[in-house]
Amino acid sequence: MGHTFAEKILARKAGLEEVVPGQIVEVTPDAALSHDNTAPISKIFRSIGVERVARPDIHVVVLDHATPAPTTKHAQNHKVIREFVAEQGITHFYDVGRGVCHQVLAEEGFALPGTLIVGSDSHTPTAGAFGAFAAGIGRSEMAVIMATGRIWLRVPESLKIVVHGQLREGVTSKDLALHVIGDLGADGALYQSVEWSGEAIEALDVEARMTIPNLMAEMGAKNAYIPPDEKTVAWLRGRARRPYEALYPDHDAEYQRVVEYDAGDIEPVVAKPHTVDNVVPLREVAGTPINQAFLGTCTNGRLSDLAQAAQVLEGRQLHPGVRLVVIPASSQVYLDALEAGYIRTFVEAGAVVESPGCGPCMGNHMGVPAEGEVTISTANRNFRGRMGTKESEIYLASPLVVAASAVAGYIVHPQDL
Amino acid sequence: MAIKGRVWKYGDDVNTDVIFPGKYTYTVSDPAEMGEHALEDLDPEFRFKVRPGDVIVAGKNFGCGSSREQAVTCLVSKQVGAIIAKSFARIYYRNCINNALPAITCPEAVDALEDGDEVEVDLEAGEIRSGGRTFTFPPLPEAVMGIFEAGGLIPYTRRRLGIEE
Ligand code: SF4
Repeated sequence: MGHTFAEKILARKAGLEEVVPGQIVEVTPDAALSHDNTAPISKIFRSIGVERVARPDIHVVVLDHATPAPTTKHAQNHKVIREFVAEQGITHFYDVGRGVCHQVLAEEGFALPGTLIVGSDSHTPTAGAFGAFAAGIGRSEMAVIMATGRIWLRVPESLKIVVHGQLREGVTSKDLALHVIGDLGADGALYQSVEWSGEAIEALDVEARMTIPNLMAEMGAKNAYIPPDEKTVAWLRGRARRPYEALYPDHDAEYQRVVEYDAGDIEPVVAKPHTVDNVVPLREVAGTPINQAFLGTCTNGRLSDLAQAAQVLEGRQLHPGVRLVVIPASSQVYLDALEAGYIRTFVEAGAVVESPGCGPCMGNHMGVPAEGEVTISTANRNFRGRMGTKESEIYLASPLVVAASAVAGYIVHPQDL
Repeated sequence: MAIKGRVWKYGDDVNTDVIFPGKYTYTVSDPAEMGEHALEDLDPEFRFKVRPGDVIVAGKNFGCGSSREQAVTCLVSKQVGAIIAKSFARIYYRNCINNALPAITCPEAVDALEDGDEVEVDLEAGEIRSGGRTFTFPPLPEAVMGIFEAGGLIPYTRRRLGIEE
């Protein structure tokens, strides 16, 4: 009998002939990602009583969650991390301003087909867009990887999602992913490895693909996978850190569940407050007044996202009283967006463009809402209090809808501007 | 090890942002202080009224969202005895094991238990008892039981590496 992607990669990494769902394996990850939480992780690491990090070469540390430091406490936290990586010889360190960790991991060529990645951040599955097995873990677990180079993983059951046909004009991979989350629910893929396939997925460019595994964290998935193809290989050319060998599921692999969609049926959607699976067609909430729009994050802060928004904002002005905060997902995206003229378009429209990082996504700084305010955001979470105050509402949508809403002052699709 | 306390009951999809708000993740590092923010955005009363041994009872997908371990640490700091849910988000579940906080999947008990009920959890027997009713749950997988018994992943790792406490 055949095997799923998750079964094949975990067998490969554990050095076993084959593995079955439910089995526990111990592996050394190819990359172990952490961010601002590396300071508390280093503290836990020291408490174990081991002097040196076992495998400094596998750790990738990116400062992104509160960068540049908004308070002295945050600055202290960063300082601890800089000292720790220097002391331990962790050379894959990206300081303030490089970008959101998941984007940087990809751009720096660590997110590779057939590799195993863990990260002490729940959106680590993002790297699955390149055909990697990538899962989120906790801080103590990262500290133990520092001490031993090893982690235990349970082989997950797999969910297969096939998307036939093509997405319609004005419908993005964000709409597709939110639609599926709305359909299957916030626990629709609990503990599962989610394999995506179908013509609609093949047709997406690499940047648009990254949005999908990123959002699978909101469906409870352990990891998500998109089969690497020639587009993946082209994107990785000149970026990949090391040779890689892609892995594909067998045709006769066994899935816990298979779900099929027709891309042509999917329309622009919005996730309403306060859960990501509270998804409705955009038209149901069109007209809802907003105070702030946020374009950025590991979900939708890439060049193609900025390009879509810039197209909407070109020659237009923000609605009076509405703020638009734009944060490129990385310094590379920032440079490319400058070159393409998007940054000028944003600033001329009245937007605030800020340095690469997570920004207000989790309520740290750079554009958090006031009590009673409504934000429309390209992020992946709209939980109560996520952006700093529980007395505010967050709607999640595509960059197209976020940009159009900033112009209109209410939720709207650019086609109706 | 018997756990005894009162039930604090909540619904489905209780996420890590309401268990421990994201805005404190880089400014609060002391476990006792973390406890002072436990469930702040879900139930403002909880952190003032919870007593050691009390049990959180919730619906499906408890702990969804962020990987932040403080969402477990803040409850450990308040000496919560156990969490009983219909299902757990996976990173949260791992974090519970790694911090030796019993995370018990038992939908029948969740349906039966009410806010404020007195409840007793017997980990060895795999039983939840309350008001004359008994609910059973399966034991932890053997591979992770060791972590739990050692008192969490850190002491477990120390033991494995042969490091003295
Ligand atoms: S952008 Fe938001 S979701 Fe992405 S890593 Fe940063 S805080 Fe997390």
